[in-house]
Amino acid sequence: MNITFKTETFRNDFTFRNSPEAIRRFPFPFHDDKYMYAVNMEPHVPAGPPGHAYNNPIDVDEHYVSEMRDREQVLKEDPLRYQALPHMMAAQWDTLELLMEHQAASYPEHFSLTKDGGNWHWINRPLGIDQKFTFGDAASLPMEPLEFITRQAQGDFVIVDQRDNNLWCDAGMVTTQADWSLDFDIGMNFMEWHGPVPLAHEMGVFDRALKFLLNLQLGKPVRRLNWTMTINPRLDTSPENYHKWGRDRMTVTPENVGNKVHLRCELQSLWRLPRSNAILFVIRCYLIKMEELVTVPKWGRRFHRVLRDLPPELIDYKGLTRYRPTTVEWLSKYDDGQPTSPGIFPE
Amino acid sequence: MLVAGIKSRPVYSGLNIDPNARRHLFALEGEGALALLDQVKSAGQDFLEKTEILYVATGSRAEDHDRKLAALNPHDLWTAPTIPVLLNRFNAVLGQAKMGTRMYVSGTEGFIGQAMQVAMNHGVDQASIFTEHRGSAARRVQCVHCKGITDSVRTSPFTCTHCGLSLLVRDHYSRRIGAFQGVCIDAEEPGTAPPPEELFP
Repeated sequence: MNITFKTETFRNDFTFRNSPEAIRRFPFPFHDDKYMYAVNMEPHVPAGPPGHAYNNPIDVDEHYVSEMRDREQVLKEDPLRYQALPHMMAAQWDTLELLMEHQAASYPEHFSLTKDGGNWHWINRPLGIDQKFTFGDAASLPMEPLEFITRQAQGDFVIVDQRDNNLWCDAGMVTTQADWSLDFDIGMNFMEWHGPVPLAHEMGVFDRALKFLLNLQLGKPVRRLNWTMTINPRLDTSPENYHKWGRDRMTVTPENVGNKVHLRCELQSLWRLPRSNAILFVIRCYLIKMEELVTVPKWGRRFHRVLRDLPPELIDYKGLTRYRPTTVEWLSKYDDGQPTSPGIFPE
Repeated sequence: MLVAGIKSRPVYSGLNIDPNARRHLFALEGEGALALLDQVKSAGQDFLEKTEILYVATGSRAEDHDRKLAALNPHDLWTAPTIPVLLNRFNAVLGQAKMGTRMYVSGTEGFIGQAMQVAMNHGVDQASIFTEHRGSAARRVQCVHCKGITDSVRTSPFTCTHCGLSLLVRDHYSRRIGAFQGVCIDAEEPGTAPPPEELFP
Protein backbone atom coordinates (compact mmCIF):
# COMPACT_ATOMS: atom_id res chain seq x y z
CA MET A 1 0.00 0.00 0.00
CA ASN A 2 1.63 3.17 -1.21
CA ILE A 3 0.57 6.20 0.78
CA THR A 4 0.74 9.66 -0.75
CA PHE A 5 1.88 11.89 2.08
CA LYS A 6 0.35 15.35 2.25
CA THR A 7 2.11 18.59 3.03
CA GLU A 8 -0.09 20.46 5.50
CA THR A 9 0.00 22.39 8.78
CA PHE A 10 -1.52 21.94 12.23
CA ARG A 11 -0.88 25.53 13.34
CA ASN A 12 -0.97 29.09 11.99
CA ASP A 13 -2.71 28.70 8.59
CA PHE A 14 -4.11 25.23 9.44
CA THR A 15 -4.08 23.65 6.00
CA PHE A 16 -4.85 20.16 7.38
CA ARG A 17 -7.62 18.32 5.49
CA ASN A 18 -8.70 14.68 5.25
CA SER A 19 -8.97 13.11 1.80
CA PRO A 20 -12.25 11.21 1.14
CA GLU A 21 -10.32 7.96 1.84
CA ALA A 22 -8.98 9.35 5.12
CA ILE A 23 -12.53 10.23 6.19
CA ARG A 24 -13.72 6.64 5.58
CA ARG A 25 -10.82 5.21 7.61
CA PHE A 26 -11.39 7.53 10.60
CA PRO A 27 -11.77 5.62 13.89
CA PHE A 28 -15.18 7.02 14.87
CA PRO A 29 -15.38 6.54 18.64
CA PHE A 30 -19.12 6.05 19.24
CA HIS A 31 -20.76 2.67 18.83
CA ASP A 32 -23.96 4.00 20.34
CA ASP A 33 -26.04 7.21 20.16
CA LYS A 34 -24.98 8.16 23.69
CA TYR A 35 -21.67 8.28 25.52
CA MET A 36 -20.40 7.59 29.02
CA TYR A 37 -17.01 6.46 30.29
CA ALA A 38 -16.24 2.80 30.05
CA VAL A 39 -13.07 0.74 30.14
CA ASN A 40 -14.10 -0.46 26.63
CA MET A 41 -10.93 -2.39 25.84
CA GLU A 42 -10.83 -4.88 23.00
CA PRO A 43 -8.03 -6.98 21.51
CA HIS A 44 -5.93 -4.84 19.17
CA VAL A 45 -6.27 -7.10 16.16
CA PRO A 46 -6.74 -6.05 12.53
CA ALA A 47 -10.38 -5.06 11.93
CA GLY A 48 -12.65 -2.83 9.90
CA PRO A 49 -13.25 -2.37 6.20
CA PRO A 50 -10.20 -2.26 3.88
CA GLY A 51 -8.10 0.83 4.51
CA HIS A 52 -9.50 1.48 8.02
CA ALA A 53 -7.24 2.77 10.79
CA TYR A 54 -7.70 -0.62 12.50
CA ASN A 55 -6.10 -2.55 9.62
CA ASN A 56 -2.52 -2.35 10.91
CA PRO A 57 -1.26 -2.54 14.50
CA ILE A 58 0.74 0.69 14.14
CA ASP A 59 -1.17 2.88 11.72
CA VAL A 60 0.59 5.21 9.27
CA ASP A 61 -1.57 7.52 7.17
CA GLU A 62 -1.45 10.41 4.70
CA HIS A 63 -0.69 12.90 7.51
CA TYR A 64 2.49 11.12 8.61
CA VAL A 65 5.15 13.44 7.26
CA SER A 66 3.37 16.64 8.27
CA GLU A 67 2.66 15.31 11.76
CA MET A 68 6.34 14.50 12.22
CA ARG A 69 7.27 18.03 11.11
CA ASP A 70 4.82 19.43 13.65
CA ARG A 71 6.36 17.27 16.40
CA GLU A 72 9.82 18.52 15.47
CA GLN A 73 8.62 22.09 15.88
CA VAL A 74 6.99 21.40 19.26
CA LEU A 75 10.21 19.82 20.55
CA LYS A 76 12.28 22.72 19.31
CA GLU A 77 10.14 25.12 21.35
CA ASP A 78 9.76 22.85 24.40
CA PRO A 79 12.22 19.94 24.78
CA LEU A 80 10.44 18.82 27.99
CA ARG A 81 7.73 17.18 25.86
CA TYR A 82 10.10 14.24 25.62
CA GLN A 83 11.30 12.79 28.93
CA ALA A 84 12.40 9.41 30.22
CA LEU A 85 13.41 8.50 33.76
CA PRO A 86 16.81 6.74 33.93
CA HIS A 87 15.50 3.26 34.76
CA MET A 88 13.48 3.13 31.51
CA MET A 89 16.29 2.38 29.06
CA ALA A 90 15.35 -1.29 28.48
CA ALA A 91 11.77 -0.20 27.80
CA GLN A 92 13.04 2.43 25.37
CA TRP A 93 14.75 -0.27 23.30
CA ASP A 94 11.66 -2.48 23.51
CA THR A 95 9.62 0.39 22.07
CA LEU A 96 12.08 1.13 19.30
CA GLU A 97 12.00 -2.50 18.25
CA LEU A 98 8.21 -2.72 18.34
CA LEU A 99 7.64 0.41 16.27
CA MET A 100 10.34 -0.35 13.72
CA GLU A 101 9.17 -3.92 13.24
CA HIS A 102 5.51 -3.00 12.80
CA GLN A 103 6.13 -0.04 10.53
CA ALA A 104 8.46 -2.08 8.34
CA ALA A 105 6.12 -5.11 8.22
CA SER A 106 2.97 -3.12 7.42
CA TYR A 107 4.51 -0.53 5.06
CA PRO A 108 7.52 -2.13 3.33
CA GLU A 109 7.41 0.54 0.59
CA HIS A 110 8.16 3.20 3.16
CA PHE A 111 10.17 1.57 5.94
CA SER A 112 12.72 -1.20 6.15
CA LEU A 113 14.51 -2.86 9.03
CA THR A 114 17.42 -5.26 8.50
CA LYS A 115 19.00 -7.11 11.41
CA ASP A 116 22.38 -8.77 11.42
CA GLY A 117 22.73 -9.93 15.01
CA GLY A 118 22.97 -6.74 17.04
CA ASN A 119 23.72 -4.63 13.98
CA TRP A 120 20.50 -3.06 12.77
CA HIS A 121 19.81 -0.97 9.68
CA TRP A 122 16.71 1.22 9.62
CA ILE A 123 15.48 3.09 6.57
CA ASN A 124 12.64 5.58 6.74
CA ARG A 125 12.03 6.77 3.18
CA PRO A 126 9.27 9.37 3.77
CA LEU A 127 11.49 11.24 6.24
CA GLY A 128 14.77 10.48 4.47
CA ILE A 129 16.42 8.69 7.41
CA ASP A 130 18.99 5.93 6.93
CA GLN A 131 20.44 4.78 10.26
CA LYS A 132 22.77 1.92 11.12
CA PHE A 133 23.09 1.24 14.85
CA THR A 134 23.79 -1.42 17.44
CA PHE A 135 20.67 -2.58 19.24
CA GLY A 136 21.08 -1.87 22.96
CA ASP A 137 23.91 0.64 22.52
CA ALA A 138 22.49 4.12 23.06
CA ALA A 139 25.72 5.71 21.84
CA SER A 140 25.08 4.31 18.35
CA LEU A 141 22.01 6.52 17.85
CA PRO A 142 21.96 10.32 17.59
CA MET A 143 19.57 10.54 20.57
CA GLU A 144 17.88 8.24 23.10
CA PRO A 145 16.13 5.30 21.39
CA LEU A 146 12.64 6.36 22.46
CA GLU A 147 13.10 9.89 21.19
CA PHE A 148 14.67 8.62 17.96
CA ILE A 149 11.78 6.32 17.06
CA THR A 150 8.91 8.49 18.32
CA ARG A 151 10.11 11.35 16.11
CA GLN A 152 9.22 8.87 13.34
CA ALA A 153 5.90 7.49 14.55
CA GLN A 154 2.49 9.14 14.66
CA GLY A 155 0.78 9.55 18.03
CA ASP A 156 1.91 10.24 21.56
CA PHE A 157 3.80 7.54 23.43
CA VAL A 158 3.93 6.86 27.14
CA ILE A 159 5.84 3.99 28.68
CA VAL A 160 4.48 2.84 31.99
CA ASP A 161 6.61 0.82 34.36
CA GLN A 162 4.96 -1.95 36.35
CA ARG A 163 5.91 -2.35 40.02
CA ASP A 164 4.20 -2.52 43.44
CA ASN A 165 0.97 -3.65 41.75
CA ASN A 166 0.71 -0.30 40.02
CA LEU A 167 1.66 1.38 36.74
CA TRP A 168 4.02 4.35 36.69
CA CYS A 169 4.19 6.98 33.97
CA ASP A 170 7.98 6.98 33.65
CA ALA A 171 8.77 7.96 30.05
CA GLY A 172 7.04 9.60 27.12
CA MET A 173 6.89 11.62 23.94
CA VAL A 174 3.84 13.82 24.21
CA THR A 175 3.24 16.55 21.63
CA THR A 176 -0.34 15.91 20.43
CA GLN A 177 -2.07 15.68 23.76
CA ALA A 178 -5.55 16.59 24.86
CA ASP A 179 -4.53 18.95 27.63
CA TRP A 180 -2.27 16.93 29.93
CA SER A 181 1.36 17.59 30.79
CA LEU A 182 4.01 14.88 30.65
CA ASP A 183 6.41 17.16 32.50
CA PHE A 184 3.95 17.45 35.40
CA ASP A 185 2.72 13.86 35.39
CA ILE A 186 5.96 11.95 34.82
CA GLY A 187 6.71 9.65 37.76
CA MET A 188 3.05 9.43 38.82
CA ASN A 189 1.18 6.19 39.26
CA PHE A 190 -1.96 5.24 37.33
CA MET A 191 -4.47 6.72 39.81
CA GLU A 192 -2.43 9.88 40.34
CA TRP A 193 -2.05 10.81 36.70
CA HIS A 194 -5.76 10.25 36.07
CA GLY A 195 -6.53 12.29 39.21
CA PRO A 196 -8.25 15.21 37.46
CA VAL A 197 -10.68 13.06 35.41
CA PRO A 198 -14.22 13.57 36.81
CA LEU A 199 -16.77 10.80 37.50
CA ALA A 200 -14.63 7.91 36.31
CA HIS A 201 -12.90 7.27 39.67
CA GLU A 202 -16.26 7.00 41.43
CA MET A 203 -17.52 4.67 38.71
CA GLY A 204 -14.60 2.34 39.40
CA VAL A 205 -13.37 2.72 35.81
CA PHE A 206 -9.74 3.21 36.79
CA ASP A 207 -9.72 0.36 39.32
CA ARG A 208 -10.98 -2.02 36.65
CA ALA A 209 -8.66 -0.64 33.98
CA LEU A 210 -5.62 -0.96 36.25
CA LYS A 211 -6.48 -4.53 37.21
CA PHE A 212 -6.90 -5.37 33.54
CA LEU A 213 -3.64 -3.75 32.45
CA LEU A 214 -1.51 -5.31 35.18
CA ASN A 215 -2.37 -8.64 33.53
CA LEU A 216 -1.73 -7.52 29.95
CA GLN A 217 0.00 -10.32 28.03
CA LEU A 218 2.95 -10.13 25.67
CA GLY A 219 1.78 -10.41 22.04
CA LYS A 220 -1.83 -9.59 22.96
CA PRO A 221 -2.14 -5.80 22.70
CA VAL A 222 -5.48 -4.13 23.45
CA ARG A 223 -7.09 -0.93 22.23
CA ARG A 224 -9.76 1.56 23.15
CA LEU A 225 -11.03 4.81 21.72
CA ASN A 226 -11.24 8.09 23.58
CA TRP A 227 -12.33 11.46 22.26
CA THR A 228 -12.60 15.18 22.75
CA MET A 229 -13.04 18.16 20.46
CA THR A 230 -10.58 20.71 19.17
CA ILE A 231 -11.04 24.08 17.50
CA ASN A 232 -8.88 24.25 14.36
CA PRO A 233 -6.87 21.16 13.43
CA ARG A 234 -4.30 21.81 16.14
CA LEU A 235 -2.30 18.80 17.29
CA ASP A 236 -0.47 20.59 20.09
CA THR A 237 -3.34 21.32 22.47
CA SER A 238 -1.01 21.09 25.45
CA PRO A 239 -1.64 22.76 28.79
CA GLU A 240 1.80 24.36 28.34
CA ASN A 241 0.44 26.36 25.39
CA TYR A 242 -3.17 26.70 26.56
CA HIS A 243 -2.73 30.46 26.99
CA LYS A 244 -1.96 30.59 23.26
CA TRP A 245 -4.65 28.27 21.85
CA GLY A 246 -7.44 28.71 24.45
CA ARG A 247 -8.87 31.76 22.66
CA ASP A 248 -9.60 29.61 19.58
CA ARG A 249 -12.63 28.38 21.52
CA MET A 250 -14.15 31.87 21.25
CA THR A 251 -13.98 31.93 17.46
CA VAL A 252 -16.73 29.44 16.58
CA THR A 253 -19.73 30.93 14.70
CA PRO A 254 -22.69 29.23 12.98
CA GLU A 255 -20.94 30.01 9.67
CA ASN A 256 -17.55 28.41 10.43
CA VAL A 257 -18.56 25.36 12.55
CA GLY A 258 -18.10 22.91 9.68
CA ASN A 259 -14.51 23.90 9.04
CA LYS A 260 -13.31 24.96 12.50
CA VAL A 261 -14.78 22.40 14.87
CA HIS A 262 -13.04 19.01 14.93
CA LEU A 263 -13.80 15.72 16.56
CA ARG A 264 -10.54 14.51 18.04
CA CYS A 265 -10.30 10.78 18.44
CA GLU A 266 -7.57 8.97 20.32
CA LEU A 267 -6.89 5.42 19.26
CA GLN A 268 -5.16 4.12 22.36
CA SER A 269 -3.29 0.84 22.09
CA LEU A 270 -1.45 -0.87 24.93
CA TRP A 271 1.40 -3.28 24.48
CA ARG A 272 3.30 -5.42 26.97
CA LEU A 273 7.03 -5.01 26.29
CA PRO A 274 9.22 -8.13 26.26
CA ARG A 275 12.46 -7.24 28.11
CA SER A 276 11.37 -4.55 30.53
CA ASN A 277 7.88 -5.91 31.31
CA ALA A 278 6.72 -2.30 30.97
CA ILE A 279 3.64 -1.31 28.95
CA LEU A 280 3.76 0.91 25.90
CA PHE A 281 0.75 3.19 25.72
CA VAL A 282 0.22 4.59 22.23
CA ILE A 283 -2.18 7.53 22.07
CA ARG A 284 -2.76 8.16 18.40
CA CYS A 285 -4.72 11.31 17.60
CA TYR A 286 -7.03 11.59 14.59
CA LEU A 287 -8.77 14.83 13.66
CA ILE A 288 -11.87 15.24 11.51
CA LYS A 289 -13.76 18.42 10.64
CA MET A 290 -17.51 18.55 11.20
CA GLU A 291 -18.04 19.07 7.46
CA GLU A 292 -15.94 15.95 6.78
CA LEU A 293 -17.70 13.93 9.50
CA VAL A 294 -21.19 14.54 8.12
CA THR A 295 -20.22 13.10 4.72
CA VAL A 296 -20.85 9.80 6.51
CA PRO A 297 -24.59 10.15 7.31
CA LYS A 298 -24.49 7.65 10.18
CA TRP A 299 -21.74 9.59 11.93
CA GLY A 300 -23.50 12.94 11.47
CA ARG A 301 -26.69 11.62 13.06
CA ARG A 302 -24.95 9.83 15.86
CA PHE A 303 -22.52 12.56 16.82
CA HIS A 304 -25.39 15.06 16.93
CA ARG A 305 -27.15 12.84 19.48
CA VAL A 306 -24.05 12.15 21.55
CA LEU A 307 -23.07 15.82 21.80
CA ARG A 308 -26.63 16.98 22.51
CA ASP A 309 -27.10 14.54 25.41
CA LEU A 310 -23.62 14.68 26.97
CA PRO A 311 -23.49 14.80 30.83
CA PRO A 312 -22.61 18.30 32.12
CA GLU A 313 -19.43 17.14 33.92
CA LEU A 314 -18.02 15.84 30.65
CA ILE A 315 -18.91 19.04 28.79
CA ASP A 316 -16.87 20.99 31.32
CA TYR A 317 -13.96 18.52 31.57
CA LYS A 318 -13.56 18.25 27.82
CA GLY A 319 -13.70 22.05 27.50
CA LEU A 320 -16.71 22.06 25.15
CA THR A 321 -18.80 24.61 27.06
CA ARG A 322 -18.39 27.61 24.77
CA TYR A 323 -19.02 26.07 21.38
CA ARG A 324 -21.16 23.00 22.05
CA PRO A 325 -24.56 24.71 21.52
CA THR A 326 -23.47 26.18 18.16
CA THR A 327 -22.10 22.81 17.09
CA VAL A 328 -25.19 20.86 18.18
CA GLU A 329 -27.38 23.32 16.27
CA TRP A 330 -25.25 22.93 13.13
CA LEU A 331 -25.21 19.12 13.41
CA SER A 332 -29.00 18.95 13.90
CA LYS A 333 -29.40 19.67 10.17
CA TYR A 334 -27.71 16.32 9.52
CA ASP A 335 -29.88 14.31 11.90
CA ASP A 336 -33.12 13.20 10.25
CA GLY A 337 -34.09 11.11 13.27
CA GLN A 338 -33.46 7.80 11.46
CA PRO A 339 -32.03 4.93 13.52
CA THR A 340 -28.27 4.35 13.26
CA SER A 341 -26.70 1.00 12.49
CA PRO A 342 -24.66 -0.83 15.16
CA GLY A 343 -20.87 -0.45 15.35
CA ILE A 344 -18.48 2.37 14.59
CA PHE A 345 -17.76 1.75 10.91
CA PRO A 346 -19.40 3.78 8.12
CA GLU A 347 -22.39 2.26 6.29
CA MET B 1 -11.87 22.12 39.36
CA LEU B 2 -11.28 21.76 43.12
CA VAL B 3 -12.21 18.15 43.58
CA ALA B 4 -12.39 16.58 47.03
CA GLY B 5 -10.18 13.53 47.45
CA ILE B 6 -7.97 14.20 44.45
CA LYS B 7 -6.03 11.01 43.74
CA SER B 8 -2.71 12.64 42.99
CA ARG B 9 -2.57 14.42 46.34
CA PRO B 10 -0.44 12.75 49.00
CA VAL B 11 -2.09 11.67 52.25
CA TYR B 12 -0.34 12.96 55.38
CA SER B 13 -1.23 10.41 57.97
CA GLY B 14 0.55 11.94 60.95
CA LEU B 15 3.77 11.40 62.91
CA ASN B 16 4.13 8.22 64.89
CA ILE B 17 7.36 7.46 66.75
CA ASP B 18 8.89 4.24 65.47
CA PRO B 19 10.01 2.31 68.58
CA ASN B 20 12.48 0.24 66.55
CA ALA B 21 14.37 3.13 64.96
CA ARG B 22 17.99 3.61 65.99
CA ARG B 23 17.82 7.27 65.15
CA HIS B 24 14.99 9.74 64.59
CA LEU B 25 15.44 12.56 62.09
CA PHE B 26 12.88 15.37 62.13
CA ALA B 27 12.54 18.08 59.48
CA LEU B 28 10.04 20.58 60.85
CA GLU B 29 8.70 23.89 59.67
CA GLY B 30 6.61 26.47 61.57
CA GLU B 31 3.69 24.82 63.30
CA GLY B 32 5.22 21.46 62.46
CA ALA B 33 7.11 21.81 65.78
CA LEU B 34 3.79 21.13 67.52
CA ALA B 35 3.51 17.76 65.79
CA LEU B 36 6.70 16.67 67.57
CA LEU B 37 5.64 18.22 70.88
CA ASP B 38 2.40 16.22 70.65
CA GLN B 39 4.42 13.04 70.06
CA VAL B 40 6.37 13.67 73.26
CA LYS B 41 3.05 13.86 75.11
CA SER B 42 1.88 10.51 73.76
CA ALA B 43 5.12 8.54 73.25
CA GLY B 44 7.15 9.81 76.19
CA GLN B 45 10.63 11.38 76.22
CA ASP B 46 12.85 8.34 75.69
CA PHE B 47 13.23 8.68 71.93
CA LEU B 48 14.60 12.22 72.24
CA GLU B 49 18.12 11.08 73.13
CA LYS B 50 18.31 9.46 69.67
CA THR B 51 16.69 12.42 67.91
CA GLU B 52 18.04 15.04 65.53
CA ILE B 53 15.75 17.99 64.75
CA LEU B 54 16.10 20.43 61.88
CA TYR B 55 13.75 23.35 62.38
CA VAL B 56 12.79 26.48 60.47
CA ALA B 57 10.28 28.87 62.03
CA THR B 58 9.12 30.76 58.88
CA GLY B 59 5.70 32.31 59.62
CA SER B 60 5.55 31.15 63.26
CA ARG B 61 8.67 32.96 64.42
CA ALA B 62 6.65 34.86 67.04
CA GLU B 63 5.49 31.62 68.65
CA ASP B 64 8.96 30.65 69.93
CA HIS B 65 8.53 27.04 68.94
CA ASP B 66 12.33 26.74 68.68
CA ARG B 67 12.59 27.40 72.44
CA LYS B 68 10.02 24.69 73.13
CA LEU B 69 11.98 22.26 70.98
CA ALA B 70 15.24 23.16 72.77
CA ALA B 71 13.54 22.55 76.12
CA LEU B 72 13.01 18.92 75.07
CA ASN B 73 16.78 18.53 75.15
CA PRO B 74 17.06 16.34 72.04
CA HIS B 75 20.38 14.89 70.94
CA ASP B 76 20.66 17.56 68.20
CA LEU B 77 18.63 20.65 67.41
CA TRP B 78 19.56 22.89 64.53
CA THR B 79 17.50 25.87 63.42
CA ALA B 80 17.64 27.30 59.91
CA PRO B 81 16.82 30.87 58.88
CA THR B 82 14.92 29.82 55.73
CA ILE B 83 13.46 26.72 54.09
CA PRO B 84 16.17 26.42 51.38
CA VAL B 85 18.87 26.46 54.07
CA LEU B 86 17.05 23.74 56.02
CA LEU B 87 16.65 21.60 52.89
CA ASN B 88 20.34 21.96 52.18
CA ARG B 89 21.16 20.68 55.65
CA PHE B 90 18.55 17.91 55.39
CA ASN B 91 20.22 16.81 52.16
CA ALA B 92 23.64 16.69 53.83
CA VAL B 93 22.32 14.80 56.87
CA LEU B 94 20.59 12.22 54.64
CA GLY B 95 23.85 11.75 52.75
CA GLN B 96 25.44 10.51 55.98
CA ALA B 97 22.41 8.75 57.44
CA LYS B 98 22.79 5.14 58.55
CA MET B 99 20.49 2.14 58.42
CA GLY B 100 17.79 2.37 61.02
CA THR B 101 17.19 6.10 60.62
CA ARG B 102 13.51 7.01 60.62
CA MET B 103 12.40 10.29 59.02
CA TYR B 104 9.58 12.55 60.14
CA VAL B 105 8.48 15.67 58.22
CA SER B 106 5.90 18.20 59.39
CA GLY B 107 4.82 21.70 58.41
CA THR B 108 2.98 23.27 55.51
CA GLU B 109 2.28 21.19 52.43
CA GLY B 110 4.83 23.09 50.34
CA PHE B 111 7.54 22.36 52.90
CA ILE B 112 6.62 18.67 53.14
CA GLY B 113 6.67 18.39 49.36
CA GLN B 114 10.15 19.88 49.11
CA ALA B 115 11.55 17.76 51.95
CA MET B 116 10.09 14.65 50.28
CA GLN B 117 11.85 15.61 47.04
CA VAL B 118 15.17 15.76 48.89
CA ALA B 119 14.49 12.34 50.43
CA MET B 120 13.39 10.93 47.07
CA ASN B 121 16.71 11.96 45.55
CA HIS B 122 18.41 9.79 48.17
CA GLY B 123 16.26 6.85 47.08
CA VAL B 124 14.13 6.90 50.23
CA ASP B 125 10.73 5.25 49.77
CA GLN B 126 8.08 7.92 50.32
CA ALA B 127 5.91 5.47 52.22
CA SER B 128 8.64 5.05 54.85
CA ILE B 129 8.52 8.72 55.90
CA PHE B 130 6.02 9.92 58.50
CA THR B 131 4.40 13.19 57.48
CA GLU B 132 1.98 15.55 59.19
CA HIS B 133 0.44 18.68 57.72
CA ARG B 134 0.51 21.57 60.21
CA GLY B 135 -0.04 25.29 59.77
CA SER B 136 -1.36 27.16 56.79
CA ALA B 137 -3.15 25.49 53.87
CA ALA B 138 -1.17 27.68 51.45
CA ARG B 139 0.00 25.81 48.37
CA ARG B 140 3.17 25.55 46.36
CA VAL B 141 2.16 25.85 42.71
CA GLN B 142 3.95 25.28 39.44
CA CYS B 143 2.85 27.36 36.45
CA VAL B 144 2.25 24.84 33.65
CA HIS B 145 3.13 27.51 31.08
CA CYS B 146 6.50 28.93 32.22
CA LYS B 147 7.24 26.10 34.76
CA GLY B 148 8.04 28.67 37.46
CA ILE B 149 7.12 27.73 41.04
CA THR B 150 5.36 30.13 43.39
CA ASP B 151 5.37 29.38 47.12
CA SER B 152 2.69 30.09 49.72
CA VAL B 153 -0.20 30.63 47.32
CA ARG B 154 -3.34 31.44 49.32
CA THR B 155 -5.74 32.37 46.56
CA SER B 156 -7.11 31.07 43.31
CA PRO B 157 -6.63 32.57 40.86
CA PHE B 158 -3.24 34.07 41.65
CA THR B 159 -0.67 35.87 39.54
CA CYS B 160 2.34 33.76 38.54
CA THR B 161 5.37 35.45 40.11
CA HIS B 162 7.44 34.48 37.06
CA CYS B 163 5.39 35.07 33.88
CA GLY B 164 2.50 37.15 35.23
CA LEU B 165 -0.36 34.99 33.92
CA SER B 166 -3.42 34.66 36.11
CA LEU B 167 -3.49 31.03 37.24
CA LEU B 168 -6.24 28.76 38.46
CA VAL B 169 -4.88 26.37 41.10
CA ARG B 170 -5.85 22.88 40.00
CA ASP B 171 -6.31 20.02 42.42
CA HIS B 172 -3.57 18.02 40.73
CA TYR B 173 -0.32 17.43 42.60
CA SER B 174 3.09 16.26 41.41
CA ARG B 175 5.29 14.73 44.09
CA ARG B 176 8.26 14.87 41.75
CA ILE B 177 7.89 18.64 41.49
CA GLY B 178 6.43 18.99 44.98
CA ALA B 179 3.71 21.34 43.76
CA PHE B 180 0.14 21.75 42.55
CA GLN B 181 -0.54 22.71 38.95
CA GLY B 182 -1.49 26.25 37.97
CA VAL B 183 -3.26 26.82 34.63
CA CYS B 184 -4.11 30.14 32.97
CA ILE B 185 -7.67 30.97 34.01
CA ASP B 186 -8.57 33.46 31.27
CA ALA B 187 -6.83 31.83 28.30
CA GLU B 188 -10.07 31.59 26.35
CA GLU B 189 -11.09 35.21 26.98
CA PRO B 190 -8.01 37.18 28.12
CA GLY B 191 -8.78 39.86 30.70
CA THR B 192 -11.75 38.05 32.24
CA ALA B 193 -9.98 36.51 35.25
CA PRO B 194 -12.26 36.60 38.30
CA PRO B 195 -10.96 38.28 41.48
CA PRO B 196 -8.71 36.09 43.67
CA GLU B 197 -10.56 34.10 46.29
CA GLU B 198 -8.77 33.01 49.46
CA LEU B 199 -9.12 29.23 49.24
CA PHE B 200 -5.93 28.17 51.06
CA PRO B 201 -5.74 30.23 54.30
